[in-house]
Amino acid sequence: MKRIVKLLSKSLFLTACFVAASVNADVLQDIQERNTIRIAVPQDFPPFGSIGTDLKPQGIDVDMANYIADQLDVKLEIVPVTSANRIPYLQTKKVDLVISSLGKNPEREKAIDFSTPYAPFFLGVFGDKKVMVDDIAGLAGKTVGVTRGSVEDLELEKNAPKSVNIRRFEDNNTTLTAYLSGQVSLIATGNLVATEIAKRQPSKAPEAKFMLKDSPCYIGMAEGETALQAKVNELIQQALASGELNKISMKWLKAPLPKGFGA
Amino acid sequence: MLHFSDLFQYTDVFLSGLLTTVELTLLTTILGIALGTCCAAIRQYGHTVSQRLVAVYVELIRNTPFIVQLFFIFFGLPAIGLKLTPWQASMIALTINLGAYSTEIIRAGLSSIPKGQIEAAKVLGMNFRQTLTRVIFTPAFEKIYPALTSQCIIVMLGSAVISQISVEDLTYAANLVQSRNFRAFESYLVTALLYLVLAIALRFIFNQIGKRLFAYREVR
Repeated sequence: MKRIVKLLSKSLFLTACFVAASVNADVLQDIQERNTIRIAVPQDFPPFGSIGTDLKPQGIDVDMANYIADQLDVKLEIVPVTSANRIPYLQTKKVDLVISSLGKNPEREKAIDFSTPYAPFFLGVFGDKKVMVDDIAGLAGKTVGVTRGSVEDLELEKNAPKSVNIRRFEDNNTTLTAYLSGQVSLIATGNLVATEIAKRQPSKAPEAKFMLKDSPCYIGMAEGETALQAKVNELIQQALASGELNKISMKWLKAPLPKGFGA
Repeated sequence: MLHFSDLFQYTDVFLSGLLTTVELTLLTTILGIALGTCCAAIRQYGHTVSQRLVAVYVELIRNTPFIVQLFFIFFGLPAIGLKLTPWQASMIALTINLGAYSTEIIRAGLSSIPKGQIEAAKVLGMNFRQTLTRVIFTPAFEKIYPALTSQCIIVMLGSAVISQISVEDLTYAANLVQSRNFRAFESYLVTALLYLVLAIALRFIFNQIGKRLFAYREVR
């Protein structure tokens, strides 16, 4: 019994040391001393992060990383990650920040800390500028195209008024074709799909009407880095106010930030 | 392992899908055979120009995939200002398709009528209408009736494709249910059985109509 208590107290002490050590290590200070910030970005997920024709990384996340580095006045070291290893990279301190189209969920919140959102990522109803719809109740009596079995299909079925005519298509491309050929004037889909239309046929770019499910992208950082978190949040707030975030959104998503973004 | 009970809550979906398929099948069968009959008559007895036109139509439809025809009508025609609902588009596509195939089948029946038989009708003093219905079309249809029946069933089964343009037919019901509860085995098995029942029912209806139409055989 005594031994167990001893062992327990020892391990507790050690744990406490580690915790104290990790709290003491101020990443923001490290960044400034190093004069370099290491930021994890994706390389396989346009328009967030991909390799351009000049073989350099490009995308929303890359622009965001550059912005943060510029504002902190330090050098930027880009670390390519995949969606599976982006959080382990952060936990093992291989990077200071993860800007990798990271969404928030309870499991992740237990492991890392998040900034305020920097880029929109949502499922919504999009459509012709002439169609006036502001919310899901406004869909009553209208026809909406959607890809069968997708999350947006389930959301529509669950929340839309009964009088909505939901036309379900086989895959995203058929849904897009239905919209582009004018067979439906509203579609429920992700904002990246809407961006794809805007790129292919700018004249027919659909307008975001309202959101079905919002899951914006946050910047991830190690737990307990309050100074870093405050600084990053301040920079995001500043970018939002100065229109920098909107500019990035227009550049890569071909659409302005949704109403009330970041509020 | 199998959970057919998961399908019960979707009975309405299956039933309304079944109804749409039946409705479209009956309508397109009637319209398609009517179209085929007219085209076959033109191809057999019409002027050279109209014969050529029918030949172009028949070859165009018989040598292109049905789904391409359907997509052309639904997604393609809006480009020239003709916007059809999914239901209208599939009705037209199915009718045109059956029309082309049945043209060839019925034409085979017509060309099997010997010239002498028509001349005999004339000699016997039958008028044009009598000759057409009793001497030409009835025996012609009798000869090709089984082939025509099969073609209609093929078109009914082929109508599964219209779920691609969001017509809520039987296949659409199966796809929808499968995408909701992921019971692919059960929902497609049930759907396959429903199609089987439909095909047998359609054959039965055709046989009954056939018995009426070709009753003169039994009198003889």
